Amino acid sequence: MFIGNTKKDREEMLKIIGVNSFSDLVKQVPEKFLYPKFKLPADGMDEMQAAAAMRTLASKNKMLKSFVGAGAYARYIPAALKALLSRGEFLTAYTPYQAEASQGILQTIYEYQSSMAALYEMDYGNASMYDGASAFAEAVRAAVRITGRKKVLYSYGVNPQYIATLKTYFGGGEDYKFIQIPHKDGCLDLAGLEGLLDQETACVAAQSPNFFGLAEDFGKVSELAKAQGALFVAAADPVSLGLFRTPGAQGADFAVGEGQGLGLPLSYGGPYLGIFTCKKEYVRQMPGRISGLTKDKDGKRGFVLTLQAREQHIRRDKAASNICSNEALCALGATIYLALLGPEGLKELAQANYDAAHAAAERLCAIKGISLKFKGTFFNEFTLALPCDARKLRSRLIEKENIDPGLPLKDFYPELGDTLLVCATETTTEEDVSRLEKAVRESI
Amino acid sequence: MNDITKLDNRLSIEKSAPGRRALKFKGRIKHGAAPVPETLRRKTAPRLPELSEFDAVRHFTRLSKINFSVDSHFYPLGSCTMKYNPRVNEDIAALDGFAGLHPLASDETAQGTLECLYDLQNRLCELCGMDAITLQPAAGAHSEFTGLLVARAYFARKGQKDRVEIIVPDSAHGTNPATASMLGFSPVNINSGPDGRVDLEVLKRHLGAKTAVVMLTVPNTLGIFESNIETITKMAHEAGALVYMDGANFNALIGLVKPGELGVDIMHLNMHKTFSTPHGGGGPGAGAIAVKKYLDSYLPVPVIKKEGGRFLADFNRPLTVGRVKAFFGNTGVLLKAYAYMLMHSSRELGEIAENAIINANYAKALLKDCFPAHSKEHCMHECVLTPGPEMTKQGIKTLDIAKRLLDYGFHAPTVYFPLIVHEAIMIEPTETETRETIDEFASAMKKISAEAASDPQKVKDAPHTMPVKRLDEVQAARQPNLRW
Ligand SMILES: Cc1ncc(COP(=O)(O)O)c(C=O)c1O
Repeated sequence: MFIGNTKKDREEMLKIIGVNSFSDLVKQVPEKFLYPKFKLPADGMDEMQAAAAMRTLASKNKMLKSFVGAGAYARYIPAALKALLSRGEFLTAYTPYQAEASQGILQTIYEYQSSMAALYEMDYGNASMYDGASAFAEAVRAAVRITGRKKVLYSYGVNPQYIATLKTYFGGGEDYKFIQIPHKDGCLDLAGLEGLLDQETACVAAQSPNFFGLAEDFGKVSELAKAQGALFVAAADPVSLGLFRTPGAQGADFAVGEGQGLGLPLSYGGPYLGIFTCKKEYVRQMPGRISGLTKDKDGKRGFVLTLQAREQHIRRDKAASNICSNEALCALGATIYLALLGPEGLKELAQANYDAAHAAAERLCAIKGISLKFKGTFFNEFTLALPCDARKLRSRLIEKENIDPGLPLKDFYPELGDTLLVCATETTTEEDVSRLEKAVRESI
Repeated sequence: MNDITKLDNRLSIEKSAPGRRALKFKGRIKHGAAPVPETLRRKTAPRLPELSEFDAVRHFTRLSKINFSVDSHFYPLGSCTMKYNPRVNEDIAALDGFAGLHPLASDETAQGTLECLYDLQNRLCELCGMDAITLQPAAGAHSEFTGLLVARAYFARKGQKDRVEIIVPDSAHGTNPATASMLGFSPVNINSGPDGRVDLEVLKRHLGAKTAVVMLTVPNTLGIFESNIETITKMAHEAGALVYMDGANFNALIGLVKPGELGVDIMHLNMHKTFSTPHGGGGPGAGAIAVKKYLDSYLPVPVIKKEGGRFLADFNRPLTVGRVKAFFGNTGVLLKAYAYMLMHSSRELGEIAENAIINANYAKALLKDCFPAHSKEHCMHECVLTPGPEMTKQGIKTLDIAKRLLDYGFHAPTVYFPLIVHEAIMIEPTETETRETIDEFASAMKKISAEAASDPQKVKDAPHTMPVKRLDEVQAARQPNLRW
């Protein structure tokens, strides 16, 4: 359906190639393998039919008011962002291998790297990873590579999906040790950390705001890590950094994050955006692509892909990572988003998220039997201790009230019992909160 | 293009003025929550641009215009499959019901998306002749990673942990050896035979009790089909190893050949190439690995299943290699792939491969006098050429030709890849280009070849019409300037 050549074109082309028929072109494929039978529909749909079929399928997803966050957030996507991202010149380009014909993409990548470094207060960033989890895993891999050590300490509040991905990234390798640091009220316990840190430790990996929405104070973490020759890998939600202390300000060697909140739709998990930044001394340990500013023959400013000796297409089996395609368009989206917000807008956005979550928490905790599970300062989301079965409450509200009240944490943290991770963002209204409160009150 | 080159080349931060604003967030809920404690608060504002909305729109629009893309230029970048991707895909993936769905939504509320993913899984298995599939990986390289993890888990379960070697032909994509060593395997490079295929004698010498996987790109990066693949898979299996097929270039085989019938055990697809997602300047992509029955239970979680008429994300897989990313895969991309599948019967899928192959051979035939092909055989969906002797005599390199092509309004082919071909020029027109475009491209290539004789310096100094001249890559790497 998306082929330009006509039958006549094909015949003439075959003649110019010097063959009688298409089958002469594929003689290198043993004949018995050609044109197998497929159990697939005999008819393809036209565009109108396909669009209609997909609309029908989309409508089978139940659209309800959701208070689920846990690493992916319903955030407002500005119209200008959508318009710019849909420009064919961005959408349909490839990795900028020919720099002179790709200055647009290369400059946007440079601006992306700059924005991320500024946001996280780190020295450098790369051109993106697949998602927050893979960025986290790659940062720990870098720390293991740099230190030559095999023990990884991670805080209780790191997104459990990141930890699962991390373990997979080490290939189930039994040579590596992954140890959870004890927590105090959901946050990293410094005494506990001190007890675990030793000369075998490659890095301390932690997240703030953590999975429970709690902002952590990492002031001492990097000092403690450094005293043992270990590195500090920090994950942070980029939007929270409009208000909260940055990984860079807390001594992180690598800082990563999930960039979905910077203007990307939820889309059932992807495509998202892995943010990856590091200190200057580790720039050559970064995975993936990097755009650098340089000059052309006339001394004019221009951009190129640089430090490629870290990459698979140059170094093959010696590369820092195998990543090739990354999330360039998503990174561009984040760049545009941050340019539209600027420092003030970002602060307002963070404040709006902070306020919404606090309003929701206050209302829900006014219900008898419900309280906050953890005491600390929270952003975007919070953990409720419930007097009833969290999973049942959730299904009931989904079914009866068209509200998804949050994520029961039992699957991830059985020891927390009946708890619900509830998220409110700048898109949440007073009305939404009232509906949630009423529904919960009536259902517990 | 010319006007644009004269416009300013400032960064967004250099267009910034204090106090200028585009988006405001007034906050829909005002709440007198206690302020963030001092110790936790950010101290200095991030250095982000301060622009009006109009500034931002003009800035990024300008950047888009100094960029080649499939929409604006022929882009015969070998191994990258720069084909046209139906615009309806974009509308579909952006439908509220799909784009607004939270990844942790309960299965009951996600039936529409789950149904798409389930049906996509089945159709891809059928197309590949494989038994099970995961759509979790985020790209091709991520799929290779997942595939080798599956292989490792399989051998671990069989008590064969000493299978630590991955045999990778020298014609393989760079991601193949990188993936192998990322997982702690030892990549074993084997040289191709004179015809560009795996040399069976060489393979035999390297296969053994330590071999975990033979990793083949089919068609390989020379655009050639591994005609002996049945023998290769037999040899590998006899040695107790598995065969992994890098199927990133599946638009050469789609609807024409079922890889499962070739004997491969694991293969990956680059959904963003064959199944039509625009490449976005380097991503996002989406990957998939399809496997034979005996490897099913090792696939990463979740796998989409159907039970009693309902679709669900299955996490209950005791032998799984685990999670390769947070949440499900790059669903937005997978939905585009699914819409594309809906619009093609199996016969029409076969036409994709046929036209990709015809177009590549046509380009090769038109260029044969000035740019001899590395291989004398017909090619699959891409061909590898080299600069003719007249050009080499004048000291003109493949890089010069690539840059000069930009002046003629064409994106360059892939150059210096595969590494085993000296001064390689790798051309992949894809199935969506018409004969006329390939004619124009060939005529530009021939003009460059003629220029080599008449005015070689002009070719060596190219490009002349881009926003910048040739860029200093050495300086960029020696004194990295990576941010404002
Ligand atoms: C043969 C081959 N294998 C693997 C890859 C890697 O795919 P991705 O860029 O999606 O990671 C590519 C694409 O560049 C390829 O052409």
